[in-house]
Amino acid sequence: MPGAIYAEGLVKTFGKVRALDGVDLDVPEGTVLGLLGPNGAGKTTAVRVLTTLLRPDSGKAVVAGIDVLKRPNDVRHVIGLSGQFAAVDEYLTGRENLHMVGQLYQLSSRDAKTRAAELLERFDLAEAADRTTKTYSGGMRRRLDLAAALVVSPPVMFMDEPTTGLDPRNRQALWGIMQELVAGGTTLLLTTQYLEEADQLAHDICVVDHGRVIARGTSDQLKAQTGGERVEVVVHDHERIATAAEVLRGFGKGEASVDNHTRKITVPVSGGAKLLAEAIRELDARGVEIDDIGLRRPTLDDVFISLTGHAAEAQPDNGPDDTTSTKNEKNTKNTKNATNATNATKDDGARSSLGRNAGESSGEAAK
Amino acid sequence: MNTTVTSAARKTAPPPARGGLVQPMRDSLVIARRNLIRMVRIPEVVIFAVIQPIMFVVLFAYVFGGAIPVPGEPGNNAADYREYLMAGIFAQTVTFATAGAGAGIAEDMHKGLVDRFRSLPMSRGAVLTGRTLADLVQTTLTVVVLTIVALIIGWRAHDGILKAIAAIGLLLLLGYAFSWIGALIGLSVRTPEAATSGGLIWLFPLTFVSNAFVPTANMPTFLQHVADWNPFSSTVLACRQLFGNPDGLPSDAWPMEHPVLASVLWSIVIIVLFRTLAVRKYRSATA
Repeated sequence: MPGAIYAEGLVKTFGKVRALDGVDLDVPEGTVLGLLGPNGAGKTTAVRVLTTLLRPDSGKAVVAGIDVLKRPNDVRHVIGLSGQFAAVDEYLTGRENLHMVGQLYQLSSRDAKTRAAELLERFDLAEAADRTTKTYSGGMRRRLDLAAALVVSPPVMFMDEPTTGLDPRNRQALWGIMQELVAGGTTLLLTTQYLEEADQLAHDICVVDHGRVIARGTSDQLKAQTGGERVEVVVHDHERIATAAEVLRGFGKGEASVDNHTRKITVPVSGGAKLLAEAIRELDARGVEIDDIGLRRPTLDDVFISLTGHAAEAQPDNGPDDTTSTKNEKNTKNTKNATNATNATKDDGARSSLGRNAGESSGEAAK
Repeated sequence: MNTTVTSAARKTAPPPARGGLVQPMRDSLVIARRNLIRMVRIPEVVIFAVIQPIMFVVLFAYVFGGAIPVPGEPGNNAADYREYLMAGIFAQTVTFATAGAGAGIAEDMHKGLVDRFRSLPMSRGAVLTGRTLADLVQTTLTVVVLTIVALIIGWRAHDGILKAIAAIGLLLLLGYAFSWIGALIGLSVRTPEAATSGGLIWLFPLTFVSNAFVPTANMPTFLQHVADWNPFSSTVLACRQLFGNPDGLPSDAWPMEHPVLASVLWSIVIIVLFRTLAVRKYRSATA
């Protein structure tokens, strides 16, 4: 039985650009599909086709059992769309916006009013309900936009890069709402450029690039597909990066990636904790002082790089705040695995305990 | 944000409404209401829309007025020209609704609101109809203010209130028709700024190559034909006749002989044609 969102062979061209080049999707009811890919990969086009905004050149799409191409207006009754931009009228108050959307979902004026009040309460907008949305912060507008998409509690939701441009606090808040929705049985298609967003929220992930699905599976499956563990080292001195990279290449089974700015070297390995201990001894023997070392499983970042040959988040139009906050979060997350090893690397006497700590850390990561 | 999203909040989506004309009308009124709220909250737009025609009245009546003779008026003075001019200014004023509708719809596209509306189970024409209805309210307001100004400078409707109201009706119909042209322009351009200038630029030749400000008798023959068949001229002449103002001895072209009928027909043709084109464009609109 096809899922709540089903697409087969979707093709859409704009001039010479094949925005969708044969996309198949199948999202079981009550689950989250993360459509992951860089800007211009075709994520938004896919959402526009599935939400009746755009007719594909060919292919088939079914949402909640309704054929999108044959009965678009019936589809519109059962979907909610929250786009990349907060689509609210800035000269209307929050309450007026929701009231209007409710009426256009064909609720009676009174039901639309009641529903608007409920949603304003639930999305923490009750206090600002009667201010024009021009005065709202970015996070408030996004929440209002999401509330507008939820007016009829649609069984199928489409969220196109819902957290792009939001600060970490607002992003967390939106993630919470999405998780609650799905817990309540909503089927959600989520597009994102943020790997950790897909990692956190999505049951299944489709990696999209150039209008094609280039990989699909659960987050764990994709990581497994990319292969084993990585050793990640942060070198203390800039001058020693080259030496350290040379040492690590000797242990690695793939190319070492070097980030000069953060002095971080990552290399895929097989051999686990034992190998990590050896690497530390070798680095020490070569006189390379290290700030941090750890063994970690591949992140979706690694998955993306190995699939497409380019990083997912190296997009020019990400706002500066945005990029920074993502990086910070990611760093926190990555270093978590390495934390156990961190303190031990400072002096020689700690060597013996190192292997054990690193072993624990890799054991933890493997769970 | 901590309140739980319970499935109790879930209402089953209402069955698709198939209520003939009721749903499109209701949807259009919801959108019209939204645009009227915006008008109240951004009064500058309405204020400029009112000031502009007043400026034209003053410019034409007092700067050019003395230099433009009105055929058929023996006195040939500035007062005659003011009587002659007003119908032209009225008609020009209502056509400026075009620019407003265009800019408004272009802005909705730009901000992603059109995407939201298109994803809702609402009538396909309602976003545009709602906008043009709201513009009609603004146009009516402008015409009322302009009438007062006209009365102050000495213009009069000489043939009674009913004919005067009929003339205003023709003007509003023309304005409504033109706002559909604006809607199409708004859907076709990429930015609100382009819609504003694109919505105005063609209005100048249209309103000037007509009988609005000068009698057509002195134009080159080719332009005179254009002016006689210009939809704009029909309404202007119809208003002059209904107001009992000097009509500047129009030619014997068909629309000039039956200006009221021609005015109504033109407006209906414009509405049907441009509404069809605009709604079709809306269905496939991409921001």
